[in-house]
Amino acid sequence: MSAQAIDRFAATLPAETRASVYQSTKTTHEKRTRLLFDQFPDPDRLRTLAGEIKQHAIENLDTYLPQAEARLRANGAQVHWAGTAEAACAHVLRIMRERGATKMVKAKTMVSEEIELADYLGRHGMEALETDLGEFIIQIDHDHPSHIVRPIIHKNRREIATSFEREGLGAYNDDPATITRRARHHLRHKYLAADVGLTGANFLSAESGRIALVTNEGNSRFSVAATRCHIVLVGIEKIVPRDRDLGILLNLLGRSATAQDLTVYTEFISGPRDPAQPDGPEEMHVIFVDNGRTEVLAGECREILRCIRCGACLNVCPIYRQASGHAYRSVYPGPVGAVLSPLLLKENFPQKADLPKASSLCGACHEVCPVNIPIPDLLLRLRARAKEENVPSPGTPPMAPWALLASQPTAWRAALVAGRALNVLPTRLIPVPALQAWTASRELPAWRGGEFRRWLKARRRPAPPAAR
Amino acid sequence: MLNRERTPLTGRRVQLMATCLCDAFYDDVAAATVEVLEHAGVEVAFPEGQTCCGQPAFNGGDWPASRRVVRHTVRTFAGEDPVVVPSGSCAAMLFHGAVLEFEKEPDAPAVEALGRRTWELADYLVNGLGVRTWPGRYPARVAFHRSCHSRGTDSVAAALTLLRSIAGLEVVEFGEAEQCCGFGGTFAVTFPHLSGAMGQLKLDHVRAAQPDVYVSGDMSCMMHLGGLAAREGRPIRTLHLAQVLRDALRGGEAKS
Ligand code: SF4
Repeated sequence: MSAQAIDRFAATLPAETRASVYQSTKTTHEKRTRLLFDQFPDPDRLRTLAGEIKQHAIENLDTYLPQAEARLRANGAQVHWAGTAEAACAHVLRIMRERGATKMVKAKTMVSEEIELADYLGRHGMEALETDLGEFIIQIDHDHPSHIVRPIIHKNRREIATSFEREGLGAYNDDPATITRRARHHLRHKYLAADVGLTGANFLSAESGRIALVTNEGNSRFSVAATRCHIVLVGIEKIVPRDRDLGILLNLLGRSATAQDLTVYTEFISGPRDPAQPDGPEEMHVIFVDNGRTEVLAGECREILRCIRCGACLNVCPIYRQASGHAYRSVYPGPVGAVLSPLLLKENFPQKADLPKASSLCGACHEVCPVNIPIPDLLLRLRARAKEENVPSPGTPPMAPWALLASQPTAWRAALVAGRALNVLPTRLIPVPALQAWTASRELPAWRGGEFRRWLKARRRPAPPAAR
Repeated sequence: MLNRERTPLTGRRVQLMATCLCDAFYDDVAAATVEVLEHAGVEVAFPEGQTCCGQPAFNGGDWPASRRVVRHTVRTFAGEDPVVVPSGSCAAMLFHGAVLEFEKEPDAPAVEALGRRTWELADYLVNGLGVRTWPGRYPARVAFHRSCHSRGTDSVAAALTLLRSIAGLEVVEFGEAEQCCGFGGTFAVTFPHLSGAMGQLKLDHVRAAQPDVYVSGDMSCMMHLGGLAAREGRPIRTLHLAQVLRDALRGGEAKS
């Protein structure tokens, strides 16, 4: 029985869920790799460059954010700043109230999950309907997304068909095409009845104030086509300096996220409807959300703010594949979440200080990340922080006695030999400090402490000649 | 991707870091490493004071404890001679991990200098010495384990170059070779379920390829996988790359 919550969660995950998560992540990861390496002679150079662009952007937010704000205002958009999740939610509510609006259609945005916008609006008498198919299913099931790109990766179509039947969307039918058609039909009317449309922004160019939005379902386009007011929620780290930076980032995003050259829909929106344009929202509000990001920027893990939320690190992660997303108790799961989620808690970091430990530090996440985030290094930094802040870590053996031994060669050699004499393991000697936990599922090789040193000595004695 | 600056090699003298695992369990791996290096014309010194690279505490988040061990290691492997390690993981600890945890320490330059002259064994043979083919014979189907600490380094390609050059040896491919085996140091004991499940997946893939032997440049992964397989009552034959190279020189009569 493990002491770590994520391990316990993984141990009790239904086999069927694990199988769906594993299959789907593995397939996407393998397609992604093929696509990138078939199409580019050296995708690693692209990832490095993209990482440099984003790193430059987050390190110069003090330049780019005011620039973006000025551009957006010049384009006719209204700009709001939200330091916290509550402030961001309150901006949305105020904008809706000022327009006398009660109904919102929402495209998929991770930051709206992060600030728990839909719940907040619900509590204040507003309807906020998810229009991304996956998010819609999460909403009717009162569930939580388990992946940042595929929120329902943990569900199979039979479960979805049951939910649709329960919600009165037709008799049980688990054919994916039928499910999609029914959702589309249901949502069509909702778009027409809505007062405001809310989207995120995958990127925001400081140069033009233009936001880039990518989807595969076209729902974000519907959300802003049928409504008069477009609200954009955007994390402050989504900024890029120039429009042309989008070239490389969009090329990497689609391929990394869903193994597509480009998502089906890519929209660029720079402001509300121009008087000369026949349709489109008459108001556009851009809400910049901080919610802990400036603290992250000031700390030692700021590279995580480069993240473009592609999910490739989740897909390749052997832990995520076994444990699924809910194991991480966070909006952001997987390797990126193991870094970002505890950090966004600020002083409540200890509540999620176990997340960075749920990793074998295999480095696969770093290898696939389109913005080259050294995730394992960041996980290690957070482990060190947890230790420094004395956050208890169940099952982790104390290292100080081992370090004492390993910095005293005489004691070390004595322990090696003592272990051999008794054929027991001096548990403090080697990196298997918790012996019982090791032997619960694995055999331990025979103790041969000191044998090599003896062999070497015997061999190096001038005579008799070397022998084994 | 692990950006490495290296001190150029001059002589053919090295210091062997045997690793704590070989010191405690896998003496034959360390012995094979000595014989392989000597076969390549290298003079091998073994600093007696050596203990461990410091990785367990580093990964566990106890950086002060880890730094204590790294400082000891820096003192033990003083001088200019390169340090050769039969483990990608311990090598990476010295050229990457230790550097990270010493970022703000006054003695960081000494740690970085040690990192620059640290080599994983296969990398040293192939990219350091320019060895491209290995003599002898080793008639066996070999599956090669890509240990995670060699990601982004030249070690895997180097090991495969050597293995593929050996007469009689056939390298067999297996599924999801780039996935981690689930060892992960302390992770193996703090997350036993996840670690075991990852190990099982690896074993399934390896067994499906039906190799005669499963070879690695890191004994830690082998200790985990071999231990799991033995506990199941379906042991697999694991060897270190150095053992295969040495045994090839002897004509392939492998010792385990
Ligand atoms: S950390 Fe990198 S790989 Fe993971 S979601 Fe973010 S951009 Fe994608």
